[in-house]
Amino acid sequence: MADYRKPLPIPDQYTQGYWDAARRHELVMQWCPHCGVYMFPPDPMCPGCNSLDREWKKVGGRGRVYSWFVVHYATHPDFAGDVPYAVVLVQLDEQEDLRVPGNIVGCRPEDIEAGMKVEVVFEDVTPEFTLPRWRPSEE
Amino acid sequence: MGTTFKDRTAIVGIGWTEYSRASGKSTLHLADEACKKAIEDSGLRVRDIDGVVTFNVNDSVSPQWVAASLGLPELRYHLERWGGGTSAPAMVADAAMAVACGLADNVVVFRSMNGRSGRRPGGSGEHPAPRGEDQFLIPYGWTSFVHACAIFARRHMVLYGTRPEHFGAVTIAARKHGALNERAQLRKPITMQDYLNSRMVADPFRLLDICLETDGACAVVVTSAERARNLKHRPVYIMAAAMGGGPKVSGFSPNTAGFLRTPSHGDTYAKYVAPHLFGMAGIAPKDVDVAELYDEMTFATIFQLEDYGFCKKGEGGPFVEGGRIELGGELPVNTHGGFLSEGYIHGLNHVVEAVQQLRGEAGLRQVKDAEIALSTGVGLTVGGALLLRR
Ligand SMILES: [Zn+2]
Repeated sequence: MADYRKPLPIPDQYTQGYWDAARRHELVMQWCPHCGVYMFPPDPMCPGCNSLDREWKKVGGRGRVYSWFVVHYATHPDFAGDVPYAVVLVQLDEQEDLRVPGNIVGCRPEDIEAGMKVEVVFEDVTPEFTLPRWRPSEE
Repeated sequence: MGTTFKDRTAIVGIGWTEYSRASGKSTLHLADEACKKAIEDSGLRVRDIDGVVTFNVNDSVSPQWVAASLGLPELRYHLERWGGGTSAPAMVADAAMAVACGLADNVVVFRSMNGRSGRRPGGSGEHPAPRGEDQFLIPYGWTSFVHACAIFARRHMVLYGTRPEHFGAVTIAARKHGALNERAQLRKPITMQDYLNSRMVADPFRLLDICLETDGACAVVVTSAERARNLKHRPVYIMAAAMGGGPKVSGFSPNTAGFLRTPSHGDTYAKYVAPHLFGMAGIAPKDVDVAELYDEMTFATIFQLEDYGFCKKGEGGPFVEGGRIELGGELPVNTHGGFLSEGYIHGLNHVVEAVQQLRGEAGLRQVKDAEIALSTGVGLTVGGALLLRR
């Protein structure tokens, strides 16, 4: 953990709650208390009703692989040792356009399929940061 | 429709520098050279130019510098857009609007970049801090614009059965055309086997799916239709322009460009822009003789062929097969070789090629009797386009 060398998120006032929740091993999404729309990435305004109010709401952490790519040539040197690695875009069960990027674990890149069910797992990469990742799920 | 700028302006001059991997020149130097050539080509004098328009992604030179460098006696209109591929057709439209509205008489539009030896857009050689949307992408190794494109391309494969051979057909056509273009950097034709054997970069993309990072500049001169009729070349009229996109176009970071919220990654801005574009021009896709489609990656050609209505949604893959987009085919696409062969001058080089085609000056790569050309610019969820006619 101590020698984690990859880029870490730089949270801001709109995203701090997301990373704080990840440290507690919870996946939260910004949610509009007026019209019930989830937003990711976080946004100061709800595009559904233009409210500037927002809350963090815990979500189930389950979804399906919407799209993905497999990096064979890393443009960023910190990832050069990881190739080939996959980045998936997961569509969460809560809302059709609620999509979260991440890495997949417990699945070879060549075994990824569109629509496959995944669930969130949390990796404590440093004492300060936990990264949500995704693994294939039976349910 | 009320009054639009349809046919009220024309492109009368085109110019370009050498396209290379290392220009050894500043972006001001390249811009000066391209603008000078475009103005000379138009038959106007440099002192007739009173507007300068460009765009950048923090990698170019301002229109004011170029106006000063050219020695323009007066600068009546200047505009510098910030942004990606959407901007090339949009800034030609900006120039046309300025001329049509009387803010300026003759506007030079340029794009100048050392996109290979200097700042390389798209994430190569550059490692921004994971702020904003990037904080959800970069920690996972989503570090390049290529990766964002791969999400779109994969989604299209999932939804419509698009195959690597379809992407291959796009790059094969580009190389075939580039072989006939003295400006093109890669002029050796390739086979499907060459394509399939090329190194995987970010699956589904191979090296030969990806544009050529390029140093260079090009420029066009826009003036009124009336003045255009008395200049050196046959005018190329600006029939229509459109720009923008649909809902939730969000998330533009120049390197990673997540576009996470867009309703569908199986289509692009073009499905929103196309009705406005063809509506203003009063024509249909079947009337287009040649299409210069922004091709930062092969997949973008396929998406745009669908979204501009040249084929049904999902049929862009089969459409590019069988030589249909090659010279002599049903719809020649990227007759200069596009970004995949000529080079990446961020879409303004597509406008230059469209003008050459409509003038009948494209030599070995001329589309016979080309009367109407489409030239586009893509930012995936946002973009723009021009319809030009001779
Ligand atoms: Zn709301």
